[in-house]
Amino acid sequence: MENHEKHIREPFFHIAKRDTVVWWLAWLIRIASVAAALIVCAIVTVLLTGENPIQVYITMIDGAIGTERRIWGLLQNTAMLLCVSLAVTPAFKMKFWNIGAEGQVLVGGLATAACMILFGDKLPLIVLMPLIIAASIVAGAVWALIPAIFKAKWNTNETLFTLMMNYIAIQLVSFFTYQWSVPKGSGQIGVINQDTRAGWLPEIGDNDYLINILIVAALTFAMYVYLKYSKHGYEISVVGESENTARYIGINVKKVIIRTMLLSGAICGIAGLLLVSGTDHTITRDTAAGRGFTAIMVSWLAKFNPLVMIFTALLIVFLEKGAIEISTIFGLNAAFSEIITGIIIFFIIGSEFFINYTIKFRKSKGGAAQ
Amino acid sequence: MITSFIHRAVMQGIPLLFGSTGEIITEKSGNLNLGIPGIMYVGGISGVIGAFLYEQSLDTPQDANAFFAIIIPLLSCMIGSLLMGLIYSFLTTTLRANQNVTGLALTTFGVGFGNFFGGSLIKLTESEMPSITLSTTSKFFSKTLPIDDIVNSIFNFLCQTFPSIAEHTENYLWIKNGLLGFGEIFLSYSFLAYSAIVIALLASFTLKRTRTGLQLRAVGENPATADAAGINVNRYKYLATCIGSVIAGLGGLYYVMDYANGIWSNDAFGDRGWLAIALVIFAVWKPNLSIIGSILFGGLFIVHNYIPNLSVNTQEIFKMLPYVVTIIVLVVVSLRKKRENQNPASLGLSYFREER
Repeated sequence: MENHEKHIREPFFHIAKRDTVVWWLAWLIRIASVAAALIVCAIVTVLLTGENPIQVYITMIDGAIGTERRIWGLLQNTAMLLCVSLAVTPAFKMKFWNIGAEGQVLVGGLATAACMILFGDKLPLIVLMPLIIAASIVAGAVWALIPAIFKAKWNTNETLFTLMMNYIAIQLVSFFTYQWSVPKGSGQIGVINQDTRAGWLPEIGDNDYLINILIVAALTFAMYVYLKYSKHGYEISVVGESENTARYIGINVKKVIIRTMLLSGAICGIAGLLLVSGTDHTITRDTAAGRGFTAIMVSWLAKFNPLVMIFTALLIVFLEKGAIEISTIFGLNAAFSEIITGIIIFFIIGSEFFINYTIKFRKSKGGAAQ
Repeated sequence: MITSFIHRAVMQGIPLLFGSTGEIITEKSGNLNLGIPGIMYVGGISGVIGAFLYEQSLDTPQDANAFFAIIIPLLSCMIGSLLMGLIYSFLTTTLRANQNVTGLALTTFGVGFGNFFGGSLIKLTESEMPSITLSTTSKFFSKTLPIDDIVNSIFNFLCQTFPSIAEHTENYLWIKNGLLGFGEIFLSYSFLAYSAIVIALLASFTLKRTRTGLQLRAVGENPATADAAGINVNRYKYLATCIGSVIAGLGGLYYVMDYANGIWSNDAFGDRGWLAIALVIFAVWKPNLSIIGSILFGGLFIVHNYIPNLSVNTQEIFKMLPYVVTIIVLVVVSLRKKRENQNPASLGLSYFREER
C-alpha cells in the first residue's frame, strides 16, 4: 500500500495564482520583459542589416528625438495616439470591446472636413469653430452609439459590430473624397482652405501642434479624474468586473453601456477633429492610420490608467519613429516598425503571466518521501 | 455575364472561406483569434518566399517541376502560419494573456511581416513595378481543368448519340452555352479552391459528427466541465488554434498564387482577413454555411464592377455592402437568440484550472 503511494507522480511544476504582487516586482518584471524584447529586436535587426546593434539603437533614438522637429513630431503623434487610447479606455474598463475607434475617429474627421469645406467661406470664425467642434463630437458619438444600443438591448456582439462600422466609415470617407475632390475626379481633397485657413485650429506661438498636445493633456487629466473619482467611473468598473453584481447593487447596466460608449465615441470625434483641423487640414481614408487598433494595446498595456498611458503611448510612438529611421538609413522596408512593435508587445503581454501567476516547482524527492 | 460574375465571386470568396473555416475551428475551442488577418498575410508571404527561392534555383522557367513548384510554396505557407498560430496559442493558452490584445498584436506583426518581406523581395528583384511576379510557380497553382475540351467532347458525344440536336440550331446553341456556363461556374477553379470547399465540409463533419468535434465543442463551451470529464483542454486549444491558423494561411497563399496570378504587392490583400472573421458570425459557426456565405461575400465585394453606369463615388458606396450585410446578420442572429446560433460560451476567456 505504502509502496503504491510512492508511485503517484507529482508533476514537475505547477502554476498557481498570486494573491497580490508588490508593485516593484511587477514593474521589475515589465521592465525585464521590455529589455528582453529589445534584445530580441536587436538580434532581428542585426540579422537583417548586419550592423552593430548599438549603432542601430543610436540610429533609433536619433530618429525619434534627434532634432527639434522630430521631438515635436514625436509629441504630436504621441498626443494623437493617447487621445484615441483615452477614448477606448472607459469602454474597455467596462469590458465593451470597442475596436471601432478607427471608424469613430474617421467620421469625426469627416464631419470636421465637411464643415470646413461647406461653410469655410460662408460663416464667420466665431460661429464656424463651435460648429466644427460640435459636429465632430456628435459624429463620433453617433458612430459609437449605434453598436452600443444594439449591445445594450439585444446583446449583439460589439467586437464585430464596431469592426464593421470602421469599414463603413472608410467607404463613407472614400465617397466624400471623390465628391469633394480637387481637382474634380482625382479622388483627393488636398489641403482645405489653404488661403483663408478657415476652420484650422489656431497656432500657439510658433508651433502648429502645441494646441493639440495641450488639449490631449487636459483630456488625459480629466479622464483620470473621471475614472478614478467620479460615480460614473465607479459604475464603469463594477459593470466591467461583473454585470450581475452591477445589476444587484442597482446600477442600470444598459444606461451605463450607452453613456460610456457615447463618451468613448465623443472623444474619438475629438481625435478626428485634432487630426483634420489641427494637423493634416485634409482627410483621406488613412487619416486614422491604424491608431484605433494601436490604441487598444496602449490602453491595455497601461492597465487602463490614463496617466500610465502617456508612457505606453510614448513608448509605441518612439519605437515606430525609431524603426522608421532605421529602415530609411539601412534601406529596409518601412513595415519594419510594425514587426518591432509586434515583438515588443508580445513580450509585454507575455510578462503579465509572470505578474499574475507563479510557477511552483516539485519539491525534491527526499523531501517528498518524509 | 452572369456566369462570369459568379466565377469572379467564387474566386473572391475562396480566401474568405479559408479564413473563416480556420477561425471557426479556432473559435470552437474558445479562442477568439483576431490575429487571422495577420496570419493570412504571413501565409501569403511565406508562400511567396518559398516560390521565390524555388524560382531563383531554376536555370530556366522551363525546368520547373509541377510537384516542387506546388509543394515548396505550400509547405512554407503552412509553416509560416503554423508558427503564427503557435505564438497565439502560447500567449493565450499557456500564458493566459488577453485574447483580443494578443490577436491585434499578432495582426500588426503579421501585416508588418508580410509588407516587410514583400518590400524586401521587391527590392531584391529590382523591378520597376512595386510588386513581385512569380508567374512560373503561379502557373501550377492556377491550373484548372481544360473546360473547353471537356465541354466539346461531351457535346460531340451528345451529338452522336442524339443526332436530332445537331439538326436544330437553336437547341444546339442553347445546350452548348449551357454546358459552357456550367463548366465556368463549377469546374473552372484550381485545386486550392476545391480543397477550400473540401476542408470546410470536412471541418463541418468533424465538428458535428465525431468524438473529437464533440470534445472540441465542449472545451469551447465550458472548459472546466470538459477538464473534469478528462479532456485535455490545453491540447485541444493548441491543436484547434494551430490547425485553424494553417487553414487561414492557405487563404493568403490562394490569393497570391491563384487569384492574383503570382503577383505580390504590399497591402494588396487588404481587409479580407477581417471579412473572414465577420463571415464566422454570418455562418453562425458552421463551416458548411460559410461556403455559401463566402461566395455571397465575394459577390458583394465585386458587385460594383458589374452594375453598369456607376459613377466612381457611387461605387465607393457599393463597396460598403459586405459590411452592412454582416451587421444585419449580426443583429438578426442576436435578435433570434437561438441557442445553437450563439458563439461558444467561453469565447474570449482563458482557462485556468485553479480559478473558480
